[in-house]
Amino acid sequence: MKWMRSMLLLLMVMMVVVAGCSQPGAEEEEAATETESEASTEAAAEGAIGTGGTAVGFIFVGAKDDFGYNQAAYIGSQGVEEAFPDLKMLRVENVPETAEAERVMEQMIQDGAKIIFPTSYGHLDPALNVAKRHPDVAFFHQGGLKNAENLGTYFGTIYEPVYLAGIAAGKMTKSNKLGFIVSVPIPQVLLNVNAFQRGAQSVNPDVTTTVVFTGSWCDPGQQATAANSLIDGGADVLTQHQDCTKTIIETAERRGALTVGYHADASSLAPKGWIVGSVWNWPALYVDMVKTASEGNFKASKYDGKYRGTLSDNIVLSTGFGAEVPADVQALVEEKKQAIIAGTLNPFTGPVKDQSGAVRIEDGVNPTVDQLESTDYLVEGVTGSIPQ
Amino acid sequence: MIVDILTGAIRSGTSVMFATQGELISERAGVINLGTEGSMLAGAFGGFAVTVWTGNPWLGALAGGMGGLMLSLIHAFLVLTCHANQLATGLTLMFLGIGLTSFFGRDFVSEQIVGFNPVPIPLLSEIPFIGKILFQHDPLTYISFLLVPLLWFLLFRTRVGVILRATGEREEVLHANGLNPLLIRYAAVMAGGFLAGLGGAQLSIAYTHSWVENMVQGRGIVAVALVIFASWKPIRAMVGAYLFGAAQAMQLAIQQMGLPISPYFMFMAPYVITLVALYVVEYKQRSQIPEGLGKVFTGVSSG
Repeated sequence: MKWMRSMLLLLMVMMVVVAGCSQPGAEEEEAATETESEASTEAAAEGAIGTGGTAVGFIFVGAKDDFGYNQAAYIGSQGVEEAFPDLKMLRVENVPETAEAERVMEQMIQDGAKIIFPTSYGHLDPALNVAKRHPDVAFFHQGGLKNAENLGTYFGTIYEPVYLAGIAAGKMTKSNKLGFIVSVPIPQVLLNVNAFQRGAQSVNPDVTTTVVFTGSWCDPGQQATAANSLIDGGADVLTQHQDCTKTIIETAERRGALTVGYHADASSLAPKGWIVGSVWNWPALYVDMVKTASEGNFKASKYDGKYRGTLSDNIVLSTGFGAEVPADVQALVEEKKQAIIAGTLNPFTGPVKDQSGAVRIEDGVNPTVDQLESTDYLVEGVTGSIPQ
Repeated sequence: MIVDILTGAIRSGTSVMFATQGELISERAGVINLGTEGSMLAGAFGGFAVTVWTGNPWLGALAGGMGGLMLSLIHAFLVLTCHANQLATGLTLMFLGIGLTSFFGRDFVSEQIVGFNPVPIPLLSEIPFIGKILFQHDPLTYISFLLVPLLWFLLFRTRVGVILRATGEREEVLHANGLNPLLIRYAAVMAGGFLAGLGGAQLSIAYTHSWVENMVQGRGIVAVALVIFASWKPIRAMVGAYLFGAAQAMQLAIQQMGLPISPYFMFMAPYVITLVALYVVEYKQRSQIPEGLGKVFTGVSSG
């Protein structure tokens, strides 16, 4: 033990000396020790962002098996693990969206990570701070709207499958009241609520969506209260934009309401009420991002900025349908899906009116993803208000 | 609409109510236990885990109560035997509870349980208005209905209650009468922990059928505040807990009506409404704080 400790101390002193001497020299040192992968050695000599690491870091805001957001991201990290057996996976769950996240990322960098995935929306600011201090580390932030030299963001146009799920919900509802449980009014959340209502409305003009904010990404007690409250209010289809999805889905199932899932396939939780769900397909994207960065191509790639994967990129998907969904509804959804993939259907082709009736997207206009990601209104047909 | 809010009040207030009554017992005997949050988590996790293993929610509820009791036993030991500071120890136990349950709870997040489900009581649940509000709940909620009058009777109509209250007021008197205040406090803190654990279990195995890290989300802290604002009276503490639940249900109901009120304001409402209401009640009828609250008995009469 004593021997190991002195070795460690020696190593640390050496590292400080080397790092203190000259930056380029230090990087050559690292490159020399990294002989396994030719690509990374070559790139590291150039000192490109994200190269020369021995590990990849993933931080999650919740638990890896929450039937939701974090489960989807965790499955993505497993894809990276399979594709890069030489890289060590550093995963930390339940990382709050505070300075604590910075500490975790700093630790990962010390442990050899040159590529880090901060996977929650609120991890963006901590990640930007760490990115500033470590210009040689590549950061891939999930869902962020800000960038840095060495921090790119990625996300998917999940509102496309949500729109499709809205179509199915609009067909399946008997009370014409859909319930949507969300956390806080960030653009992605509002966009999903709008897409769901527009999908439902496109097949059922009488349908309305009631949205309730819980203020939290995962508070099962509040979720159960919200779900019960929506069902008491007459909603017969529930969906959500929460991180952990289990409580709402199970509550709906017990009370005989239908469910539209989000983030992960939770159809096993609702054998009777499952309609369809909108999910992420991260593994392929994560693997490609790690490959791009570790080969030194971060700067030139599409991931150096805002990358948004679509239904046609296979980054966002719809799950399978529940047993109760009639064949004609399934066929209709499939048809619309092909239209979105073919580019002939955009869920937000104008006119799009907000709750006050004001036109937000002009007649016939197809908004860009950027425009949609700054959504700050709810569309006509949605009941509920956005915090001002 | 009003029926829905009142039903929601009981649904989301019950777990807090258990913890509030538990804390009340503990404080009546003179011990503040800020670790209630930790005990609730221990109960929520213990109850869920045992329900997963055995498939029997009654065993789960028992285990949840025991989990809360174990954590509060640590509090009792540190505070009563080692004379540690009550507030600091309580806070430490809260974080210990969060940490322990998060650590051991990792593998339980995706587990499914049958748990307790609402059991409408025949005939009574048919009564219009009241039937839906009071008699269509899970078994643990019915137990909580019985708990309050029972506790009130115990505290104010029995010898045990007199002894318990005396422990929190004038331990010297008790000691002079040949009773051991230390043992009574141990018992009170443990009973409090058991009820907090049961409240946590109600949240996990009856109300949400789920376990996630830190799922109690401050309800234990609310319980401690409620006891103080309810001036250590069981009935008032019950009203306070349901008021908290009602405010939670109401903010969701108001959102659904589409009124242009900021949800951020609504998130705050349960806490504000509960505190203001109880403060008003307390202001009108000043009541005494147990004199020995927070003090530690050393066995030597100071007088």
